[in-house]
Amino acid sequence: MALLQLRSVSKIYHLGGEEIRALDDVTLDIGTGEFVSIIGPSGSGKSTLMHILGCLDTPSHGTVTLDGIPVQQATARELAHVRNRKIGFVFQFFNLLPKLNVVQNVELPMIYAGIGGRERRRRAEHALDLVEMGHRLKNRPSQLSGGQQQRVAIARALVNDPKIIFADEPTGNLDTHTGEVILSLFRRLSEEGRTIIIVTHNPEIAAVTPRRIEIRNGKIAERVDERLAGLDRAAAQSQSGPAPSSA
Amino acid sequence: MSLWNAIAVGLKEIWAHKFRSLLTMLGIILGVSSLVAMNALVQGMENGARESLVAVGGLAKVRVEAQPVPVEQRHMRDLAVGLTMNDVHALRNSAPEAVKISPEMRMDGMNPTLAANGKTYRTFMTSGVWPIQAELMEHKIGHGRMFTEFDDEQARNVVVIGTGIRDELFGKPEDTGEPVIPLGRTMTINGYPFTIIGMFEHYESEQDRKARELREQEQRTRQAAGVTNSASGPQRSRGYGGGGRRGGFAFWIKNNTVYMPLNTMWMKMKSGQTNISAIPTLNNIEIRVADPDRINEALTQIRNVLMITHRGIEDFSFRTQEDWADQISTFISAARISGGLIAGISLLVGGIGIMNIMLASISERIREIGIRKAVGAEDIEVFIQILIESTVIAVIGGLVGLATSFGLIQLIRAVTPTDNAPVVTLGSMGLAFAASVTIGVLAGLIPAFRASRMNVIQALRYD
Repeated sequence: MALLQLRSVSKIYHLGGEEIRALDDVTLDIGTGEFVSIIGPSGSGKSTLMHILGCLDTPSHGTVTLDGIPVQQATARELAHVRNRKIGFVFQFFNLLPKLNVVQNVELPMIYAGIGGRERRRRAEHALDLVEMGHRLKNRPSQLSGGQQQRVAIARALVNDPKIIFADEPTGNLDTHTGEVILSLFRRLSEEGRTIIIVTHNPEIAAVTPRRIEIRNGKIAERVDERLAGLDRAAAQSQSGPAPSSA
Repeated sequence: MSLWNAIAVGLKEIWAHKFRSLLTMLGIILGVSSLVAMNALVQGMENGARESLVAVGGLAKVRVEAQPVPVEQRHMRDLAVGLTMNDVHALRNSAPEAVKISPEMRMDGMNPTLAANGKTYRTFMTSGVWPIQAELMEHKIGHGRMFTEFDDEQARNVVVIGTGIRDELFGKPEDTGEPVIPLGRTMTINGYPFTIIGMFEHYESEQDRKARELREQEQRTRQAAGVTNSASGPQRSRGYGGGGRRGGFAFWIKNNTVYMPLNTMWMKMKSGQTNISAIPTLNNIEIRVADPDRINEALTQIRNVLMITHRGIEDFSFRTQEDWADQISTFISAARISGGLIAGISLLVGGIGIMNIMLASISERIREIGIRKAVGAEDIEVFIQILIESTVIAVIGGLVGLATSFGLIQLIRAVTPTDNAPVVTLGSMGLAFAASVTIGVLAGLIPAFRASRMNVIQALRYD
């Protein structure tokens, strides 16, 4: 059974009596160890898909199964628990708490997991070593560059050893060079066997991931738009072999 | 999230907004300190009032007084005997609720004139009593002895005086600089010579005692510095009333006591008077009842006995200290309520301040709450965190308020000196602190509920 299973998932919003189908009958499997990008234009529903995949939201219809646990009917409390243990988030705007220093920010998910102080510190330092931020433990987020902040955020996402890491436009707020560094960090994590899902509209990122899912008008597109997925560029740069196919 | 973590987060939040937190706490600080200070002042007043009450015998003391024959019994006026020694004997034999009884016979006419040591003093009351009267009126012998039943039987010319009489006739120890104990000296009462065989202790309120000790200390330091005369100007009598202190009045009266044996009063001071009867007539009978809580039963019993000796004519009445005690209670509870109201409003305002600041705090931390929820904080954990933050503000405010209350008491004492020293009780401190914590929790409820119900996705997008 796949790590993440979506069956006929729909998300319907009601805005002033008008029904908006942000997601329309989406069925999707993502297996352990996959490195996936979710692409699509603004308003396509890719954020909604990520919220449902990331257990931040529940679908209106359909079933979502994460690591064997059905989460479509879960209470807010159960969702919080799943987010804490099975999911790590990386956001476009880093979303570090400005009043906490680097190591405290990384410890945050473990506080809610009920892990003791000494163990928390040990694991936070280990996660920060993984993203090469082990030397800035006591710094405040405001004292770090964007790339450094994003690496701390990745350490925070890793620290509870989650099943899946979600990254929402992780390079959207970084310059090209730093973005590449972050992207290669994700590739390295993927090579270590972690399941990573990146939501992006940046073709250069989509080009890196072996699998791309394109959302169009709330549905999964039959064929991935090559320009959007950065495949044209990838093909132009390296003529070697066919590009990996879409879902 | 553990409690310590939540408290640490709360403290960090407060530290991050020091000035804002201080302003928020101010309401609680003022509320707590005013509650404690008010309570201390009222407690001081109550202690002072109760002190005076105890000084005149407490609640267990009942005075039976002679009274004109009531209107409906006027036709039997000739049969009315008034209070006599017969009543005293009857009560001793038949009223077990009256555990201590002392007859009291006063000097007739205007203020008797006391003279000794070349000075005269017109006191307002001189009484012939049984020795047990000293016990009934909570007197304590300071020097010499109380007269005995033998002195009474022999109708000896002996007196026991209070220190007020000593001060007037023999001088104050404060002025002479050495103890003045006129034991064995002769004093005349309306010209009849008496030997002073005992002197009571000097009675004073707690506050007066402290003031006197302070004065003495100052005098000692002045003497050490070589200054002999005090700076208060020429010697003078400051008149009746013990320096105008209302609370000290009971003590002043008590210090002006002159007791002689009952028989001395009857046989030496009243013999040869025209309206004298065969049975000694008394002014009143002092009684101590067994239990102040059963004073009604005791009064009924005493009344029943006296109605027999008085042949059904009710020419006597009871004076208890209940009215006084009631007045104290009424006054004290009124003071408590008004003080408590002020402090309560202040605490309420403080609570509103906390709620206001917590609402402001959560709306500037929407994103933080979103992040915490995204990484796995449950609603209840966010709820508790906000609640603890508001409680921490209230607890710190409460503790600072307790410390401030002592300063406030000093300030109030400096501005309006009262008879009675404020007494800070542990109970009032506990109450004030508990109130501040309760208010902190209540003020945090609504903000905490709002924070916990925030939508994760919207909170994460908020900026």
